[in-house]
Amino acid sequence: MNRNLWRRFTSTAALGIIYGLTALALVPLALVLWYTVSRGFPAATHPGFLTNVYRPVGIPGAGISHAIVGTGIIVAMASLIAIPIGVIGGIYLAEYGHGRWAGWVRLASDVLVGTPSIALGLFAYALLVLPARHFSAVSGSIALSILMLPVVVRTTESAVALIPAGLRESGLALGLPRWRVSLQLILPAATAGVVTGALLAVARAAGETAPLLFTSFGNNLFSTDPTHEMAALPLIVFRYALTPYKELQDLAWGSAFVLVTLVLFVNLASRWVLRRQLRMAASL
Amino acid sequence: MAAAVDSTTDDLPVGPAPRIVDRYRRITAFVGGVAPVALFLIVLVLVQQAWPTITKFGPAFLFHNNWNQVTLDFGAIPFIYGTVVTSAIAIAIALPVGVAVSLVLAEPGAQGIRGAIGTGIELLAAIPSVVYGIWALFVLAPFSLKYLETPITEHLGFIGFLAGPDRQASFFTASLVLAIMILPTLAAISRDVIRAVPRGLRESSVALGATWWEMTWRVVLPTARAGIFGATILALGRALGETVAVTMVIGNRPEIPPSIFQPGYTLASVIANEFNEATGVIYTSALVELGLVLILVTLTVNLLALLLVRSTNARMAI
Repeated sequence: MNRNLWRRFTSTAALGIIYGLTALALVPLALVLWYTVSRGFPAATHPGFLTNVYRPVGIPGAGISHAIVGTGIIVAMASLIAIPIGVIGGIYLAEYGHGRWAGWVRLASDVLVGTPSIALGLFAYALLVLPARHFSAVSGSIALSILMLPVVVRTTESAVALIPAGLRESGLALGLPRWRVSLQLILPAATAGVVTGALLAVARAAGETAPLLFTSFGNNLFSTDPTHEMAALPLIVFRYALTPYKELQDLAWGSAFVLVTLVLFVNLASRWVLRRQLRMAASL
Repeated sequence: MAAAVDSTTDDLPVGPAPRIVDRYRRITAFVGGVAPVALFLIVLVLVQQAWPTITKFGPAFLFHNNWNQVTLDFGAIPFIYGTVVTSAIAIAIALPVGVAVSLVLAEPGAQGIRGAIGTGIELLAAIPSVVYGIWALFVLAPFSLKYLETPITEHLGFIGFLAGPDRQASFFTASLVLAIMILPTLAAISRDVIRAVPRGLRESSVALGATWWEMTWRVVLPTARAGIFGATILALGRALGETVAVTMVIGNRPEIPPSIFQPGYTLASVIANEFNEATGVIYTSALVELGLVLILVTLTVNLLALLLVRSTNARMAI
């Protein structure tokens, strides 16, 4: 009797501790969001914040338009490299995924996901910045594209693998060559999944700082020239947060807010696309 | 059609059947090959860039405790120490909390709330590390100094590695922010592993009279052990390579501090801070060699985690 009471007590206590730890885990995560909004939102809604460029401390009206455009250009160039290659690579894994080479491709993609992003920055530096002898936005894009590639490959693979075998078989039965089945039947059917993967990769790349430190480098001026230094939102957060000036710290918080809004929006959008796709697949 | 071929069997081609070339397969395989080639190239280029120090210092670089830009005397130990210690403390904090979260998320019932918490935690994995960094710098570091570090050094300061004087920028603060950052990864993967534990196992243990805790501790967790271990190592890989958030709160001092409440440095953060200012071949190449060490360690850790997660999934699928 006593022993059973003890057992029940232990169980209830353990359950309490586990729920307590969960609540504890949610606190810092909620605080990150809260501070980003409470300190970032006022800064980001400051007049001129989204339309002006950097201004020295003491001159009011500094903005981050150069960094928004810069992040847009750098990530767009990275996407142009990574998404086509990643989608074709993912199709390869889904269509011919059993061979030894496919095993290497899959392993390399999985390992690349966990590669420290700073190492990708060093790689792009050695590859492009060193020979050109100056920083460039395009070298940052190369570093980010390596980061995006494995995400696109693996999500495309799983999106294509979800397509019912009947679709492929009917295409082949009609005498279509394999490439037409794959590109004109399977890929359109898997679009939502592929788009989801691409969006997630874009969101991840847009927030990365380390690969840009010695490639795009950052720029206080408005620049759209991909062969020269270019500003980016994460670089603004990183550099200006560490300065002792309130104005620059506000710029950093405002940029952090813009970045978080962007990333969360893209993530929610991709979830919505994916859920619609799953519902459609279920109705097939 | 067959009329074009001579009908006598003697003229049939001898030897291996002609190979059908699947050009589509070749092209996609070639493009897919970008991933392994990129990985190989990254390591190759880093080795090439680090070659001056690899040849100058040899393996001693890895065990040498000095970092002097003036005398060009470089060793990796302060940074390896910092990376290992911060990641280890982060795992020690995040593992119990992460498993607790995943147990709560994997419980049946109230799916609406659990789903919302799960989605929220997955979204938090998407928040850029620089945002965690700025938050840690302005919010977490002052809080940790006042309410965690100071009380601990006051009461337990006689233990060497818990001694003061404590600082806002320290190993401990960096470990805390790392723990917060890896928690979503750890919890999300563990939740999936725990959910995959066969229902029959839970039900039989409850049918035998086990309480909730006995079922969890003796049946569910042991079954999911390898998967949780894999998730931990995956999180460890992320912690080892994390750069900017750590750089903002670690304090940037290339020494091995006696206490975890004092500033130090990690492999990734010394590269982030010093690479742009590095002058001369040896200094630059020493930093690249640190990057090489980092990438080789994380590659090994990730491979290990991958094998573990794969083998668990394969076992559970039966």
